[in-house]
Formats: sequence, structure tokens, C-alpha cells
Amino acid sequence: MTTDPDRPPARRFRLSPQALRAAALQILVVAAVAALAWSLIDTARSNLADQHIASGFGFFAATAGFDVSQSLIDYDRADSYGRVFLVGLANTLLVSALGIVFATALGFAVGIARLSPSWMLARLAGVYVEFARNLPLLFQILFWYMVVLGSLPGPRHSLEAPLGIFLNSRGLILPQPVAGDGLWWVAAAAGAAVLAAIVLLAWARARQARRGRRSLPAGRVALALVLGAPFATFLALGRPLALVPAELDGFNFTGGIRLVPELVALVAGLSFYTAGFVAEIVRAGIQSVDRGQSEAAASLGLRPGRTLHLVVIPQAMRVIVPPLTSQYLNVVKNSSLAMAIGFPDLVAVFAGTALNQTGQAIEIIAMTMAVYLAISLLTALAMNLYNRRLAPVGR
Amino acid sequence: MDKHAFVLTALKPALPPPRAASGPLKWLRARLFAGPVSTVLTLVSLAVLWLIVPPLLDFLVFDAVWRGSGREACLAETVGRPVGACWPFIWAKLGQLTYGFYPADERWRVNLVFAAAVALLVPLLIPSAPFKRLNAALFFVAFPLAAFALLVGGRFGLAYVETRAWGGLLVTLVVAVTGIVASLPLGILLALGRRSSLPVVRWLAVAVIEVWRGVPLITVLFFATYMLPLFLPGSWTIDALLRVLIGVAVFAAAYMAEVVRGGLQGVPRAQYEGAIALGLGHWQTMVLVVLPQALKLVIPGIVNTFIGLFKDTTLVMIVAIFDLLGQLRAAFADPAWASPSTLYTGFAFAGLIYFSFCFGMSRYALFIERRLDGGRR
Repeated sequence: MTTDPDRPPARRFRLSPQALRAAALQILVVAAVAALAWSLIDTARSNLADQHIASGFGFFAATAGFDVSQSLIDYDRADSYGRVFLVGLANTLLVSALGIVFATALGFAVGIARLSPSWMLARLAGVYVEFARNLPLLFQILFWYMVVLGSLPGPRHSLEAPLGIFLNSRGLILPQPVAGDGLWWVAAAAGAAVLAAIVLLAWARARQARRGRRSLPAGRVALALVLGAPFATFLALGRPLALVPAELDGFNFTGGIRLVPELVALVAGLSFYTAGFVAEIVRAGIQSVDRGQSEAAASLGLRPGRTLHLVVIPQAMRVIVPPLTSQYLNVVKNSSLAMAIGFPDLVAVFAGTALNQTGQAIEIIAMTMAVYLAISLLTALAMNLYNRRLAPVGR
Repeated sequence: MDKHAFVLTALKPALPPPRAASGPLKWLRARLFAGPVSTVLTLVSLAVLWLIVPPLLDFLVFDAVWRGSGREACLAETVGRPVGACWPFIWAKLGQLTYGFYPADERWRVNLVFAAAVALLVPLLIPSAPFKRLNAALFFVAFPLAAFALLVGGRFGLAYVETRAWGGLLVTLVVAVTGIVASLPLGILLALGRRSSLPVVRWLAVAVIEVWRGVPLITVLFFATYMLPLFLPGSWTIDALLRVLIGVAVFAAAYMAEVVRGGLQGVPRAQYEGAIALGLGHWQTMVLVVLPQALKLVIPGIVNTFIGLFKDTTLVMIVAIFDLLGQLRAAFADPAWASPSTLYTGFAFAGLIYFSFCFGMSRYALFIERRLDGGRR
């Protein structure tokens, strides 16, 4: 148990006048909060009765009766509000995950580019960061939606990328993966490889601790195992997964996976906006590692690559991870801007359409807020655990 | 003797001076063409610039249309050349973008408020300007009250203007300034609550801060718009804008509380002990000794929260309050100005406004940070 050195000294509990006053104050605060809560609930109850609004979660089983433009799980208008909730939640998680992946990749690239010895590239990255961070996110999402995607050609003049990827005014069209016989074996091989890699890494770590030196490139072997085993199985079984591209059929594409323009605009806006913040976090993290650290590593005889890998990056990550966590949480929360361009995320379909149809504001808004709160708290918990592993030892 | 020893028997000739120790050529070689990788990166960067800058300048300046009174002025057929930005569209909509539907005859009141804000804010931001205390009191207390009275009207012979008629930049600034002015004291209270030695107070503060920080602003706005009215007695009706202002203020206060908490943690423990040794009570210690130091430590964080708040004001559009971005979207729907470049022009204009506000604030935060840093060393 450690105590926070900067906190003002806690008053020791005695039955002194101060202690009595503190107890009285706290009882007063509890009473005031309880009274306020009671009066609010009471008012709400009578208001709901006056306006004939039902309360409770009975509406969950009722038929929603509206369509949703994009859904990860099967849904049609005859499904219930409970299903709508799941559709919205899945869409929110999809957008957040895509946004986090792209923002991290772009953010790390730009952050490293800002430290590049090439003056021009560093300046260009700096300009990008300023624009990404100083324009409101909603402005950027609307820009992507109305200006960039709005000026795309129709399906017959689609922009085409390799592997059967098309971009047009109807959205982004990706090839459809079709599973063949034996795909299950590839998945099994992947699982076995991950397990083997974990065992190998633990064994190599124990061996290093026992012998005091590294004798195996365990990380590289593990990586080769995790990537190689499923791929080898995949080839051995005769490639049991085909990517079937969509075909232009008259005025529109058939087959393939279509991502609606709203999804593309939202992910693009979220990624480009957040990448600006991630870039600054990465830059600050790398710069926070004292030059003396890499000089000391060099004088110990470490080569530049190992210096980066063993000395600089572990220390930079300590500075990078906590603010990066906040950015990831922001992506999840900001995905709610989907509402502004009509992408059916949790807020749009549940706190928007479902709320308008049922009028059950209290239940629906409380549930929506609870979902985001739960995601935030769980992520914060996971990242704090990870952060604790990175934290300096023995200081 | 060691036969491997090697000693010069004569002086070596001096090396010639380096061709360029400084100067533009040396700079170019060191910064742009230091090696093959660096050269490639520089060339790629130049190509990117070439792809972006000239078309942007063409659009904004060289191909732009500057005069006209309708969509015809901005059509390529009328002008007879490719058309860039359609600036007459912005001139025509400038009133709507600035004031929303605030009655034209009453717009002087908005202008007066804008002018007063600038007159009070500029000296407040210049560190060497005198009368800081009076200035701050005027800006943070007197100005909001006066601005409220002026904008709403209905008293002192001013016509009443309902907030539904407000819009554009006016609403953007009202939401931002209210959020800023209200979130600072609220945030300080929450931060002090979070560090209180009374467990009940501490847990309440933690709960309030974490709940509002853990949810998106949109759900807070929904909460304020749809859920809050249900909790108030039927006879009370709160203005739609006011509800949004309350939501924004509480939301911003939760973020501000964490910034202030950082500052409180940065004040050395000896400062608390010194204040207690002088016989100061809890509140005296906080107000006279700790808070002034804590707030000074986190001025950059506070300004960053303000920037975030300013950008977040755009979200009020989602609960049907038309700020600058909302009015811009409404202006696009006007058939009298429908032309291929209207959309691009509108986004360029709004982008310039948002960027100059936010960039200005972030540069100011940097300036203050350097200044305070210098004082500490």
C-alpha cells in the first residue's frame, strides 16, 4: 500500500471537534443527495404518468419496424428493439475498431515522420498534425462525407484498386471471402501456433533469466511460427479461402461486401483526426527518452537496432501508453458522431430512432450512456494493467 | 621498445577548411539531401506539396469568383473558365452564418457583445497589460451577465429575441464562452472534492467526473434535451439552448477537474504544510496558497480543454441548434446558390474560421507555456 505523497495530510480520526464536524458534513451531503434524487425520481414518475409514457424495459421485445442501412448481424424490420440495440452496438464497435487501427498506423507513421532527418518531410507531417487537430471532428467527418465521398463517380465509373476493391458513390466494395473445405484446419493451426509461441517465449525468458544472456532469437521464431504455421496449412490444403470480387451488373455491383459511404466517411474522419493526436503522443514519447540512454547503450556495445528495441522503445512506451489509451477511448466515444451523417451506430439507431418511436427517454439514454461508460471503464482497466507491466521497476 | 609504436616524424599539412560550415547550400545538404533515404523522402514530400498547394491556391484565389449576386455568377458556362471558390455565396450568407436568424434590426446588439468580448479579452491575454484583476472580474462575471441581458432582451427597452432565432457563429461563441466560464469554477470544485479527506465527498466527485468523462458528448446533449425535462416539475420549461449549455458546462467541468487535479498534484506538499503551520484553515490554504500555484501550473492544459470545447460546440447541431456548421449546412440547401463549387467554398470558409480560432488558441497556450517555463528556471 503506497500513499500519495502530494495529497494533503489526512486528518487522523479522533472524536475531536473536527472529526465530528466532518461526520456531520458528510451525513448532510448524503442526505442532500438522497433528497435531491428522491424528488427528481418522484417528479419523473408523475411526469411519465401525465404523458402516458410507459416505463421499464418491456419495449425491448416490441417490433422495431424500421430498416438499418448496414448491419453486422442479421436484422430486418420485423425484429425487436433488443435486436436494434445489438445492431447499433456492433456497428459502434466496428467503427471504433477500424478507427483505432487506422489512427494508430497513420499516427505512428506521422509521429515518426515528424522526427525524420528530412526537414521537408518533418515539416509536412507537422502541417498535417496542425490541420488534423485544429479542425472540429464533426467538420472533418462532414467534409469526408459531403465533399470527398460526395464527388465520387457512380458505380459504372468506379475507382478501382487491386484485388477487386471498388470505390464509388454507393460506398466501398470489397471482395467477399468464401470459405472452402478445411478452413477450419487453418484456424486450428493458427491457434496451436499461438499456444506454442507463448510456451516458447516463456521458456526462452526463463532460460535467459537462468543463464544471464540471450541465446535464442525467441521473438523472431515465435513470429515466424504464428504467421508461418497457418499459412503453410493454408497452402497445403489447397487454399481453402477464395476472395470473390463483386461484379458490375447493369447499374450496380452484385456480390462482394459493401461498406456504405457513411461508414467510410466516419472511419476516415475518425482516423485522420485521431492520427493527429497519436502522432504528437508518439513524438513526445520518443523525445522523452534522454539522449544519454542511447549513448550509454552505444557505449555498452549495442548496435543501433538493438538500442532502439531494448532501450529507447520500452522507455518511450511508458510515456506513450497512457495518453494513447485516452485517444482510443475518444475514438469509441467520438464514433457517436455517426448520428450526424446517418450511419446506424448505437446512438443513431437506439438513442435516435428507437427513442423517437417509443418515447422512453430515461431507459434508452441511461442504457446508451451505460454502454459507453462500461467500454470506457473496461478499456481503462485493461490499459492500466498493461501500463503497470510497463512501469519502471524498483524506483 | 615496442616496434608497433607509430609516431609522426613531421607535421602533417593542415586540412583545407570545410567547404561550407553554414549557409544555404550546407543547410540544404544537411537537412534535405543528407543521404539516399533522406533525398527520396524530400522528393516525395515535394511531390505531395506539388499535388496539394497549387490546386488549392487556384481554387481559393486564382480561379475564384469574387463578385456576383446568384448562382449564375459561379457557373463555368457564365464565367467561361474553370471556376474555383464562389465567394459571393459566402458574402450573401455571411449574416446567416454569423447571427443565424437573429432579427436584422437587432444585430447591433450581437455586434456590441462581440466588440465588448474582444475589448475585454485582448488585454486579458496580454501578460503585460495592467489591471489584470479588474479585467478578469469584468470578463468572467460582468460580461456574461451583460451579454445575456443584451442578447436576450425583453428589458431596458430592448426587444425580446428568443434563443431559437440565435444561430451561426453567435451560438458557437455563446456555447464555447459559457462552457469556458462555467466549467472552470465547477471543475475546480470537483477537483478539490476528488482530493477531499471526506470519503463521501471524494466518492461523489469521482463518480461525477468519471461518468461524464466516460460518455460521449452527444449522449450528454441527448440527456439534456430529452431526459432532463422529465425530471423537472411540469410547470418548469427550460429553454432548449439553456439545456444544451448546462450539458456542455457539466461535461467540460469533468475534463477541467482532471486538468486541475494534475495541477493540485504538482504543488509540493511543503506548501500545504507551510500554510497549516501559518494557521490557515482548509479553504484558506486552498484559495490563498494552493490553487494559485496549481492553476498556474496547468494553464496549457486549461487552454487545451478550451480548444476541445470550442471544437465540440459543433455537436449542438445534432440536437437541432444551428451553430456555424449547422447554418452552413442549411445554406447549402438554398437553390439560389446551388452551383458545383458552393459546397467546396462553404467548407473552405468554415474550415478557415475554425482553424484560425483553434490554431490561435493553441499557439497562445504554447506562448504562455514558454513564458511560465522561463519564470521557473
